[in-house]
Amino acid sequence: MAETLLRLRVDAASGAPVLSLADFLASDNAAAVRIEPGEDARALLPHLARLALVEVSFPAYGDGRGYSSARILREHGYTGELRAVGDVLLDQLSHMKRCGFDGFAPVKPIAAEAAQQAFATWPDVYQKTVDGRSPIWAKRHGL
Amino acid sequence: MYQYDQYDQAMVDARVEEFRGQVARRMAGEITEDQFKPLRLKNGLYLQLHAYMLRVAIPYGTLNGRQMRMLGDIADKYDRGYGHFTTRQNIQYNWIKLEDAPQILADLATVEMHAIQTSGNCIRNISSDHFAGAAADELVDPRPYAELLRQWSSFHPEFDYLPRKFKIAVIASDTDRAAMRLHDIGIQIVKNDAGEIGARFYVGGGMGRTPMIAPVIRDFVPALQMVSYAEACLRVYNRYGRRDNKYKARIKILVHEIGADEYRRQVEEEFAHILTLGLEPPAAELERIAAFFADPGLETGLAEGYDRSDPDFAVWADQNTAAHKQAGYKAVVISLKPAGGIPGDATADQIRLMADLAEAYSLDELRVTHTQNIVLPHVKQSDLYALWQKLDAAGLGSANLDLIGDIIACPGLDYCSLANARSIPLAQKISERFASPERQRTLGELKLKISGCINACGHHHAGHIGILGVDRKGTENYQLLFGGSEAADTSLAQIVGPGFSEDGIVEAIETATEVYLKARAEGERFIDTYRRIGAAPFKEAIYG
Repeated sequence: MAETLLRLRVDAASGAPVLSLADFLASDNAAAVRIEPGEDARALLPHLARLALVEVSFPAYGDGRGYSSARILREHGYTGELRAVGDVLLDQLSHMKRCGFDGFAPVKPIAAEAAQQAFATWPDVYQKTVDGRSPIWAKRHGL
Repeated sequence: MYQYDQYDQAMVDARVEEFRGQVARRMAGEITEDQFKPLRLKNGLYLQLHAYMLRVAIPYGTLNGRQMRMLGDIADKYDRGYGHFTTRQNIQYNWIKLEDAPQILADLATVEMHAIQTSGNCIRNISSDHFAGAAADELVDPRPYAELLRQWSSFHPEFDYLPRKFKIAVIASDTDRAAMRLHDIGIQIVKNDAGEIGARFYVGGGMGRTPMIAPVIRDFVPALQMVSYAEACLRVYNRYGRRDNKYKARIKILVHEIGADEYRRQVEEEFAHILTLGLEPPAAELERIAAFFADPGLETGLAEGYDRSDPDFAVWADQNTAAHKQAGYKAVVISLKPAGGIPGDATADQIRLMADLAEAYSLDELRVTHTQNIVLPHVKQSDLYALWQKLDAAGLGSANLDLIGDIIACPGLDYCSLANARSIPLAQKISERFASPERQRTLGELKLKISGCINACGHHHAGHIGILGVDRKGTENYQLLFGGSEAADTSLAQIVGPGFSEDGIVEAIETATEVYLKARAEGERFIDTYRRIGAAPFKEAIYG
């Protein structure tokens, strides 16, 4: 299965083995984990300091639970790589970035140029999320 | 009325360009229909039985003459010269070509309109009270709150792949004209004991195959925490709503299965967290939006009353106008339900005429109602007669608001790929059977609603008389329901008995109206009599 990796980070990708959530929680020094759509991202909150990579699995693009998982991790201060893995398509990239993803491992490769275009879809944004962008309401009122 | 600033315009323009690219990729075969489907749906484009259908958003049902005229022009230019106003205050075009869709969206963007999130498993266009800003009984105008939520929900990155579609309605009066408690989130703007404005959140209502009336999840959310609370409601749903079965994926099922108390507990926990993030637009933003709605230009000191010497006009004025908060004005409902017509349809010429009349007589405002009619919200009583004459001449003068002829019907098997039975021909037959205006008025308020399948787009659960089309061994069959209401006395209609053929159900309805006329007490509507005497006398007359 072809798999390319798009990253929006300057640090080197973690080479740590990626464990399932159950295995990660059972270990006391693992640095990488993969969470599935039905798993609670909040289970990782006590362990954020030792995490360098969280993979959020998208078995099907239409299952949007991973977007909430990503935001929750970022909202609680996770700064390591947050990687969307699986059925990750061009048209979902901009929203994923807004929810805090900074790594993308699509099953079907996405050309880097097309991805850059997708990330630039929105000139502005209506919501404050975790991507650091100033929402339209803040710009309107000089906040 | 709200007007876009450069930010709003840039967002809609960006969406048009994004979709233009997506259509080009689809037509070049670079993406599959399966991958394209959610993208086109988020731009209101469905693939129906015979062609693409485009659903255009009319946020909280409010639009001006220029926008309405564009809707008429689009009907002529890209469709077959008509449009269909829907039960969610939108308009649909039924004969669209895929290659035209990006240009239609570009045309819409020139008048601050779009088709964003009118379909797909995302937060849909937000609906509201069609008399907002005009109603004599409203606490405040609910539309600024709806607009705040429109912006919050537009391209929301976390909630674009929800378990299922998500519908929000916002009202601000005790009289519910928006079927608020039959939405995924229903919000009533209320005042608390301290005199502050806030939002009462009802969550988990809906129609479809499992109709439910939404329970109150929070009695009072301060106005400046409304976005954060909505965010919490949606996040709990996005994480825990069922995704294993699309028929159990709406939030009503989640709320029902875990219970309102447990859902509330989870939302409150998420809400407490979200409040720490500073996601809420400031008071100045709500004030900025509210200023657009503050004064449509109503005159003061006008006298109440108007010349009623033309009896046909007087009948229409009594039936199709509503009290206005400003003396000397009325809110006028233009019925799109002529006898034998297709509920909610209007020709391009009629749409443009209504645009002209809004500019001439209603401070340049129109509304779409969830009952598939059009409102001119701010008409001077002294202009009513001239307005009526022009409407009547264009076939828009039906005096049947809330009467049996004012039927809600979904597009049904004539257009829709989900339907099991046709709705439109049945609506036409019923409205012809009860065509006599005198007979309709004798029967009084009688809300008849027809859905062509269990998805309930025609709101049959909420009909005083509801009709559900089903497929029975390859033939269309119609089930009859009584006792539903989407008003403040919200109730769900119950099936009366075995189903009927198309002709049979028209007979059954006629029989039911006869039972009502015989049994009714002074001042009782059909539904009041039904609630008092129960189903038995109706069953006996209908089934013998």
